[in-house]
Amino acid sequence: MEVPILKQGDFLIATIQAALTDADLMQLRSALVHQVVRVRSMAVIVDVTALDVMDSFATRTLREIAHMIRLRGAETVIVGIQPEVAMSMVQLGLTLEGVTTCLDLEEGLVYLNQKKAKSTG
Amino acid sequence: MTRQDSLPKDSHVYSETTEQLLRELVAHLRQSRTQLREEWARRITEARVLTAMTKEEIFAEATSVYDNYVEALETGTFEALQAYARNLSERIIPRGVETHEVVGIVLLLRDVLARSLFAKYRDDFEKLNRILDAYEPAANRIANTVAVGFVQERERVIRQQQEAIRELSTPVLQVRERLLILPIIGLIDPQRARQLTEQLLRGIRTNRAKVVVIDITGVAAMDATVANHLVQTVEASRLLGATVIVTGLSPEIAQTLVNIGVDLGKMNTVGDLQGGIEQAERLLGYKVRPLAETA
Repeated sequence: MEVPILKQGDFLIATIQAALTDADLMQLRSALVHQVVRVRSMAVIVDVTALDVMDSFATRTLREIAHMIRLRGAETVIVGIQPEVAMSMVQLGLTLEGVTTCLDLEEGLVYLNQKKAKSTG
Repeated sequence: MTRQDSLPKDSHVYSETTEQLLRELVAHLRQSRTQLREEWARRITEARVLTAMTKEEIFAEATSVYDNYVEALETGTFEALQAYARNLSERIIPRGVETHEVVGIVLLLRDVLARSLFAKYRDDFEKLNRILDAYEPAANRIANTVAVGFVQERERVIRQQQEAIRELSTPVLQVRERLLILPIIGLIDPQRARQLTEQLLRGIRTNRAKVVVIDITGVAAMDATVANHLVQTVEASRLLGATVIVTGLSPEIAQTLVNIGVDLGKMNTVGDLQGGIEQAERLLGYKVRPLAETA
């Protein structure tokens, strides 16, 4: 299932709606990395609220997305990790280091808007 | 053929004799009830057990224990006795009665009854032997049943208390909008550490917390497993978008953590709870000023 990517002001929002196959993840990665420069986005938000498991491949891909997008000149925020998912992720040693995480989409937008206000003001 | 026939017959005869003997025994115990019960109560007082209970209470309990005991001997079923033992334990455990006292009084009763059998059958040694053969296994089972019932009840109480303590001792408190504190007191085992993490993560989500102060002033010691759990808690909280500040690391714990080489690079630590809360307020953009200054 393809992940819809919405443009919202200066940000791109990708909401994952169901468990993704590895191919879906690769597709998401390439779509985000392409679009972020094409639409001149400041940041990308990946919403994983709907995921109740996060395996090592998904975690690694999310981290790769974040790092690639940084190289493309934008920032990535992962939002909506469930408490149970967070627990099992740290137990497996998957900690998404170097990637910003926020409680949910709202928090992510607040964080990015503050950051934008700081850099422009 | 004859042997095969005789075997079950033999055992049948044997069990009937045992039953007969037990019946005779029970009749004797019923007959001498008052006297034996008094003798038992006297020996309990002499042995100075059950000091938490008054003389009248001991006598009342002794009576019901005696009757249950005789009934268990008569019927050979222990359910009623088990239920009674549980019920008795429930009543006397809160009053500080110890295991050795309960086992002690049941053994005293066994001895009192055995003595009375010696007295009764002292002229017929053969009969005494057979009576004791029937009596001893049953009496031992009774002693076992009562002791096990008591210990099980105690363990149940202990488990209940442990659970209560565990729940009480891990409060996740909101001190300001989006700021939680988690004071940890006492011993942390892996199970409690996991429960703590779960509670904290739930708290972060329901309170939409941005900063969490974990205060471990009340934690006396920490081993590698628990330290790793703490690191995991910090990381899991970060995945939910919350920053964790750990406060109150004692010199001993600091030493342990350095010795076992736990990676504390990701941990934000401040000396005491006050400092932790102040830093959290700075992170959240609060500024606390004395009232006089604002006026």
